[in-house]
Amino acid sequence: MNALPTEGAFAIGLSHFLTVGAILFTIGIFGIFLNRKNLIIIMMSIELMLLAVNVNLVAFSSYLNDLVGQVFTMLVLTVAAAEAAIGLAIVVVFYRNRRSIEVEDINQLKG
Amino acid sequence: MSHLLQLITPALPEVFMAVAAMVLLLVGVFREKESTTLLTWLALAAMVVAGGLVIRSAPVTAFNGLFVVNGFTSYAKILMLVGAGLTSLLINSWAQREKTARNELPVLVMFATIGMMMMISANDLISLYVGLELQSLSLYVLAAYDRDNQRATEAGVKYFVLGALASGLLLYGSSLVYGFGGTTTFDGLATAVKAGPASLGLMIGVVFVIAGLAFKVSAVPFHMWTPDVYEGAPTPITAFFSVAPKIAGLCLFLRVLVGPFGNMIEQWQQVIIFISILSMGWGAVAALAQKNIKRLMAYSSIGHVGYALIGLVVGNEEGARGLLVYLLIYLFMNVGTFAVIMSMRVKGKNVEDISDLSGMAKNHPVMAAVLAALMFSMAGIPPLAGFLGKFYIFVAAVNAGFVWLAVVGLLASVISAVYYIRLIKIMYFDEPGTAFDAPDKLAGTLMVGCGVLMLVIFVLPSSLVDSAQAAARALFLG
Repeated sequence: MNALPTEGAFAIGLSHFLTVGAILFTIGIFGIFLNRKNLIIIMMSIELMLLAVNVNLVAFSSYLNDLVGQVFTMLVLTVAAAEAAIGLAIVVVFYRNRRSIEVEDINQLKG
Repeated sequence: MSHLLQLITPALPEVFMAVAAMVLLLVGVFREKESTTLLTWLALAAMVVAGGLVIRSAPVTAFNGLFVVNGFTSYAKILMLVGAGLTSLLINSWAQREKTARNELPVLVMFATIGMMMMISANDLISLYVGLELQSLSLYVLAAYDRDNQRATEAGVKYFVLGALASGLLLYGSSLVYGFGGTTTFDGLATAVKAGPASLGLMIGVVFVIAGLAFKVSAVPFHMWTPDVYEGAPTPITAFFSVAPKIAGLCLFLRVLVGPFGNMIEQWQQVIIFISILSMGWGAVAALAQKNIKRLMAYSSIGHVGYALIGLVVGNEEGARGLLVYLLIYLFMNVGTFAVIMSMRVKGKNVEDISDLSGMAKNHPVMAAVLAALMFSMAGIPPLAGFLGKFYIFVAAVNAGFVWLAVVGLLASVISAVYYIRLIKIMYFDEPGTAFDAPDKLAGTLMVGCGVLMLVIFVLPSSLVDSAQAAARALFLG
C-alpha cells in the first residue's frame, strides 16, 4: 500500500476499500438474481462475491496489522477454486440432460 | 511421532474419518468391479469407530484455539453420525436397487460428515468456513448424484447456486466481524464483544453471518432452495439432507451465537425471533398446498427448524437443552418417515404423490401404522416423542419470559397438524389404490425401529434429557 497516497484530499483509506468491496459484493448478488441469461454468468457472479470478500479481508488485514486476514484470503481463494470446479461439473451434467444452460430452462421443479 | 499424536489427539475422530475416507477411495479404485455395498459397510464401521473416539475424547481447545472439543460438540457429533450412518444404509439400498451404485457414493457421504464434524467443533471463523464448505461441496455433488435424471441435476444446480450465495453472505459477514472485532477466534471475539458496546460494523457482520447460517439450515426467508432440492434429489439422499446437515447447522448456529456473540444477545435475538416465527408459520401454511410428499417433508423440516430456533432465541442452558432434545427426536422421526417414502414403489417405480398413499392401511397395515405414528409425532401429539421435543422447547421459552413466542409456536403446530393428519386420513379412509411393492428388509426395519422409538422415548425420556442437559451445560461453560 506504500504506493498509494496516504495524506491529503486523495488519501485512500480503509473506507475506500470497504466501499469497493461492498459495491463488488452487491454487483455479485444482483448478478445472481437479475440475470436471466445463463448459468455461467451466475458462476461469475458467485466468484465476484468471493473476491469482494477477499478485498475486505486484505484491507482489514493491512489496517489491523494482523496477518490472519490474509491467511483467510488464501483459504477463500482455495475453496473458491474447488467450488468453481464442482459448480462447472454440475453445470456440465445439467447441460447433458437438458442441452441448455439457460436460466429459463431450470424449470422442472416448480418453486 | 508421539508428539505429533499428542497434537492431533483432540481432532482424532475427524482425522480418522478423513484417512478412512481416502483409504475407501483407494479400495474402490483397486477393486475392479463396483463395490458400493462393501464400501458402505466400511464407511459405517468408520463412523462407528469415529463415534467411539468422540465419546472418549476429553474437553480441550486445540490448534491455537481453532478447534474445540467439549460435551456439547461430542453430543452433537454423535447425533449427526447416527443420522449419517442410518441414511447411508438407505442410500446404498436405493443405489443397488436403481443400479446407480458407484464407489464414490459412500465416500461423498463420509466427506460431508467430516465437514459437519469440523463445523460442530469450529472455534474460529476460518475453521467454521472450511468445515462448512467441505460439507456443502459434498452435498452439492450428492444432490446431483443421479446424473442422468433431469430433476436431480436441476436440484444440484439450484442447490449449488443458492448454497454458494449463502457461503458468500456468511463470508462477507465473517470479513466484517474480523475487521470490526479485530480477530477471527471465537474466544477473542467474545472478549471483544464483552469489552464495550458493539460497533455498527460488527452488528452488520453478525447479521450477515446469521443470514448465511439460516440459509444452510433452511430457515425462512432463506428457504427457497429446500423444496426444490428435496423434491429433485433421490429420496434417501434427501433423507440425509434432512437430518445430518440440519443437526450440524443448528448446533453450529447455537455455538456461534451464544459463544462469541453471547453478549450481543439483545441485538441478534430480534433477528432469530423473526426467522423462527416466519419458519414455523410458512412451514405450516405452505405445506398445506403440497401434493408431492417430498415437498411436504421439505416444508415440514422448515417448520421444525423454526421450532428448534426458539431454543436458540431463549439463549440459555434450558433453551439449548430443548434444542438438543428436539434435534434427537427430529432425527429419528425423519429417518423413519423417509424409510417409508423410499418404500413407496409401485411395480418397481417410485411414486411420490400424497394421493398414492390412499388405502395404505388395507394393503400395508404395518407401514401405515408406522407412518401414522411418525406423523402424529411430527405434529407433536402425545403419547409420542415429538410432543416431548416441542414441550421442552416451549417450556424453555415460557420460563425465559417468551410466553407469546410459545403461543405462536403452538398455533403453528396446530396448523401443521392439519396436513400431518390429512396424510393419516388418506391412508386410513380413502379408497385403496394400487398396492406398493413389499418394502425391503432394511427400510422396513428402520421404519419400524423409528416408530417404536417414538413411543420408547416418550415413556423413558429421562436419560436422553439428562445427556442433553449435560451437553447444554458444557456449551455454556465455554
